[in-house]
Amino acid sequence: MDYAEFTPEMKKTHTILAPDIFPIHMKLLQKVFHQYGFNMEVMRRAGKPVLDTGLKYIHNDMCYPAICTCGQLLDAVQSGDYDPRRVALIHFQTGGGCRASNYIKLLRKALKNMGMDYIPVISINFMGMEKHSGFNITVPMVYKAFISLLYGDLLMLLYNQVRPYEAVTGTCDAVLEKWVRDLTDGFVKNQGLIGKAVQRNMDAIAADFHNVERVEKKLIKAGIVGEIYVKYAPFGNNGLEAFLRSQDVEYMVPGVLGFFQYSLYSPVMDNRLYGDSPQKAMVSKIAMRAMKHMEGMLLKAVAPYPEFTAPSRFEEFLKLAEKVTDLGVKMGEGWCLPAEMAELIEKGYENIVCTQPFGCLPNHIVGKGVVRHVKEVYPQANICQVDYDPGASRVNQENRIKLMLAVARENMEAKAASSERETVTA
Amino acid sequence: MKRIGLDVGSTTVKCVVLDEKQNIVWSAYRRHMSQISLKTAELIAQVSGAFRGEIMSLSVTGSAGMGMASDLDIPFVQEVYATRAAVNSLCPGTDTVIELGGEDAKILFLTDGLEVRMNGSCAGGTGAFIDQMATLMNITPTELNDLAARAEKTYTIASRCGVFAKSDIQPLINQGARKPDIAASILYAVVNQTIGGLAQGRPIAGRVLYLGGPLTFFSQLRAAFDKTLGLEGLCPENSLYFAALGSALCGQKSGFDLERLQARIKDYASSEGYVSAPPLFKSEDDYNAFSMRHYHDSDSLGYTEDPAAPMLLGIDAGSTTVKAVVCDEAGRIFDTMYKPNSGNPVPMIRDYLTGLYSRYPELNIVSSAVTGYGEDIIRNAFRVDNGIVETVAHFTAAKKFRPDVDFIIDIGGQDIKCFKIRNNAIDNIFLNEACSSGCGSFLQTFAGALGYDIKDFARLGFFAKKPVDLGSRCTVFMNSSVKQAQKDGATVDCISAGLSISVVKNALYKVIRCASAAELGDHIVVQGGTFMNDAVLRAFELEVGKDVIRPRLAGMMGAYGAALYAGEHRPDSGKSSVLTPEELGQFTHSVRTVNCGGCGNNCQLTVNTFSGGRRFIAGNRCDKPVRTARAREEYNMYAFKTQLLEAYRKNERHEGRRSVGIPMCLNMYELLPFWHRLFTELGFDVIVSPPSDRKLFISGQHTIPSDTVCFPAKLAHGHIEHLLRENVDAIFYPCMSYNVDEGRGDNHFNCPVVAYYPEVIRCNVGELKGRRFIYDFFGLHNPDYFPKRFLEMLNREFGGFTLKEVRRASRLAYEEYNGHMAKIREKAREYMDLAKEKGLPVIVLVGRPYHVDPEVNHGIDKLICSLGCVLVTEDGVNLNTPRFRTGVLNQWTYHARLYNAAKYVAQTEDDVNLVQLVSFGCGVDAVTTDETRSIVESGGKIYTQIKIDEVTNTGAAKIRLRSLMAALGK
Repeated sequence: MDYAEFTPEMKKTHTILAPDIFPIHMKLLQKVFHQYGFNMEVMRRAGKPVLDTGLKYIHNDMCYPAICTCGQLLDAVQSGDYDPRRVALIHFQTGGGCRASNYIKLLRKALKNMGMDYIPVISINFMGMEKHSGFNITVPMVYKAFISLLYGDLLMLLYNQVRPYEAVTGTCDAVLEKWVRDLTDGFVKNQGLIGKAVQRNMDAIAADFHNVERVEKKLIKAGIVGEIYVKYAPFGNNGLEAFLRSQDVEYMVPGVLGFFQYSLYSPVMDNRLYGDSPQKAMVSKIAMRAMKHMEGMLLKAVAPYPEFTAPSRFEEFLKLAEKVTDLGVKMGEGWCLPAEMAELIEKGYENIVCTQPFGCLPNHIVGKGVVRHVKEVYPQANICQVDYDPGASRVNQENRIKLMLAVARENMEAKAASSERETVTA
Repeated sequence: MKRIGLDVGSTTVKCVVLDEKQNIVWSAYRRHMSQISLKTAELIAQVSGAFRGEIMSLSVTGSAGMGMASDLDIPFVQEVYATRAAVNSLCPGTDTVIELGGEDAKILFLTDGLEVRMNGSCAGGTGAFIDQMATLMNITPTELNDLAARAEKTYTIASRCGVFAKSDIQPLINQGARKPDIAASILYAVVNQTIGGLAQGRPIAGRVLYLGGPLTFFSQLRAAFDKTLGLEGLCPENSLYFAALGSALCGQKSGFDLERLQARIKDYASSEGYVSAPPLFKSEDDYNAFSMRHYHDSDSLGYTEDPAAPMLLGIDAGSTTVKAVVCDEAGRIFDTMYKPNSGNPVPMIRDYLTGLYSRYPELNIVSSAVTGYGEDIIRNAFRVDNGIVETVAHFTAAKKFRPDVDFIIDIGGQDIKCFKIRNNAIDNIFLNEACSSGCGSFLQTFAGALGYDIKDFARLGFFAKKPVDLGSRCTVFMNSSVKQAQKDGATVDCISAGLSISVVKNALYKVIRCASAAELGDHIVVQGGTFMNDAVLRAFELEVGKDVIRPRLAGMMGAYGAALYAGEHRPDSGKSSVLTPEELGQFTHSVRTVNCGGCGNNCQLTVNTFSGGRRFIAGNRCDKPVRTARAREEYNMYAFKTQLLEAYRKNERHEGRRSVGIPMCLNMYELLPFWHRLFTELGFDVIVSPPSDRKLFISGQHTIPSDTVCFPAKLAHGHIEHLLRENVDAIFYPCMSYNVDEGRGDNHFNCPVVAYYPEVIRCNVGELKGRRFIYDFFGLHNPDYFPKRFLEMLNREFGGFTLKEVRRASRLAYEEYNGHMAKIREKAREYMDLAKEKGLPVIVLVGRPYHVDPEVNHGIDKLICSLGCVLVTEDGVNLNTPRFRTGVLNQWTYHARLYNAAKYVAQTEDDVNLVQLVSFGCGVDAVTTDETRSIVESGGKIYTQIKIDEVTNTGAAKIRLRSLMAALGK
């Protein structure tokens, strides 16, 4: 083995540092790892020093998420907050044709340059790409990890739909905090991760958000799509959600489950298009059945409350994708990104911020490349594309979004006026 | 109530006051010199003076006004939105608005659904760009416009970003192209940038409106737009004020007391919320100690005043300055010259030499050398004895000050050059890529824009308490970062210091890409005009954490090095051949341009003729037009591969056969033999698009959705455009997630762009609607499965095919492809043997199949051959080495070839070296370059990288290659 291994003994001694990719989800996921004896800690480091560290050790032309997430981990390693001999790093690896599959090796290279190549770097992937004797992921663990992500999706979905309308500021934050606390407390004790308890919790979450007192108002509805990191991580997108909040916008961020379903679907397509491994396709199909079950739980929890917009089922999601792109596009966010645009538009979130890291290769295709076509299919779409970059200035980004919002407001007023006219004539 | 609209742009503030009937009763336009709140307060004061005691509504627009508006609770209207409101009210019926500002460019499509295009984070300024170019030509922007009116022709200037354009213009200036032609070319570059970068697939047509400063002030820019778009646009009255007008129109009804408002804005200094770096100097004492230390850097430098001693002449004709040094044989300085290069270095050197000869009639020059961008022209014009590459000149000079120097960094006006020294030879060279060049001149332009002389500007930053941290990116990004900092209240001194720091960071982290200062070396010599600036020098020392040496001649090290080099390489005659005073007295220089026509490139040549009939030709991409009778045989595998592919472009048509068009782009450069044979066997006529050229590229430019995608991908649009004009039954361009599997990597992907570019074509080329465009997903890695999928497609599109015939055809297609690759490998073997036999150096030029496209490689293959090398390609040698473990995830077929070819070079003892071609914007190469470098270096060889884009200037490539040759001792 030509890389530092994470050995079974390290489970006791080492802290596993993880980048902050999905803020709500990672809090939950972390506890699933704890339950299995992995001391995982999600890095909240942000700001200039993190970027500088990233730029220093990662090739500057590498995509922005690499610089942010690897920078977070490397900055932690050299911060003095941890004993470098007692940490390991963990990162996601998609294994697709996108540059992001290289993060693990880039981290190792950087650690070597820092003289710390004894630090193990663990990859979370579906492809069996890297092996560590002390880090064997079991099926139950994967299942539980996905359940934690499912909770994350539900919390995010409802929080985003209720918070803009809450009568008392802070109510939704309180509900969210309570649930993150309750769930994580349970996870460590292996509660709320399997069986009927999951559905019970999810129903209760939906009920709690339903019970939040709301005021009627007409807000711009916007969706956030994009490269997986800059879409979710406030550090990556310069606090996009906070900015939209300050502009009085109700925004929807599609869940992470869709992305994983999209990823799992890829061996199925590879088999269909290229005759690649039927075994892998079979495994995928089995995993997707489990995902479908999870998806069902989320939908069931939301179903009693018509005021909530629920996500599409995966089969519907595939159909949406085919309206705007092709299912063979599978690198990076692949067809998932245009499909999310279509989904948002069809669900009434016609105003879309498409976040793209500068230099992201798949985004040339499924971000910038597809927008024109999406607008042909959905003339009502109002899409703004925002580039994120270590050097990009927030003024320019916000300025672009403001224009999108100005047009959104105008469209909303025009729609209101025309429906008023209709009422009058009626 | 009257309404005020205030437009705070990147460089100017515009203000209008509307009365109740929406007439403009007052307006003003001011440059704000970054003092946004102050200038705004002044304007408000003027309004309040003109309309005493009136309550008016106010709303602000413009990117620079956003922060101020929100902090002061003034209504804000997004500027594009405001502009549209004004256009709808004042010029109803407008289809398209083109608005150029100081640093912004926008196109508004008003009909068929509003669509707005703003320049992205990587598309340089427009007004600022013209200013910058005017500065470069040493004229005012207005003069530039006047000059352009007298243009006879235009040159191709890169239109993507200001920095690129600059590196295209500089050689034109150096080569003595006519100023009116350059001026017009600059304006056309702006037009192309606007259309190419912003229109992105939407034709600009109908009633077009021109707004903003540059389009208002420069008639020739409007003319250039009119001509390019083939229409007559309108520049309406008040074209400067549309955003301001719109913001007044959209403004809310609430009124402001102007006097109180003015006071509030004046008091307003937003919290210094920007990210800052530590100050450069803590105190005056700190600075004095620093100055003293550097004073002693040059203790080894001597001076002489004896004009009779044998003298050496060194000239450095740089991109922005011209330098000359005369010294004696011991290197003692006798005379120096340092002047900005105001466009043409020839008269400057003539004047200098004339003056020198008249001051010292007894002067005896025994040898001379010239270096720099203008090397060739100066050498020819003045019969200079030696021409040397800049890197060698700088190294020679640095040794004089620090014999054990192991790292040299030179930041000039436009380029950064750094090199490591190992075993007394140049070991590793870093030149700035097109994207971060212009650092020194950037500082200067910025100083100018803020109304300062560069010296004063730098000095301002010395004691700044909180220098702005601007990051280490391309200068275009810095412009907007500065804008942001200004918004956050950064003062000019903090910006000055911040710019100096960012120049240094750019050099260290963008160009050298060092992880720690320790790897630079222990004995660093810094030079180049930019390091004359104490702020930059200090920032560098702070960043690397070491004291460095700055010779007193820091700005003239190239010239000094050339002089010293001349001392080591004297003419046999014992007397320099440089023009004598008499010859100089009769010196003449005339310039004319011709089209070469020697090959398909059709280079525009600038022919310089000097007295005595000496000629110098510039603008050529190969040595064909300048070649002497003795033609050297070329061993060029790029030419060989082109030839092989050309055989598939017969484009024969047969009565009654279906035809399919194939765009010659990206992976088609390798797979054409496969698809060609396949379709031919199945009874199709195959029509292949022609070789790329500029015209073809421009014809497809309007459908490119992403301006940051690599140039080879952009070219695909031109090829499709061509095929649309051909009479073909279908256009075939398949999506391919996977490439062929050569068994050398962990996987065999294509990069996302190569894999799915057909998808981009489908979504963005409107004309494909109603045409048969086949972009199915195919993989060639499962030969058994492929025919089934292909049959599906055939029967869906055409019908009537059987699996049997498709199987047969695909078997033959695989054979064709394998045969094609075998020919390439065979040729490589032949060349390797031949090189060994004849003792010729070999360059393995590693890149991607599509780098064979002459429009992509800009003739770098020919350049390599002209240096006497045998050129072999990566796909000819990659299978010579077995699979091995790489430090990166090795998952793309084309890139696995790079690693294997690098391994091959590293393991080959002979005179075999590697040069990597990298397309700008190729994200995958961010992974491959470092890995390829480390593989090559593991074999003790020098890694050389050449980055290419649509820029046709091969100057930087030449320096790299010549330095490589110098380092190899050629």
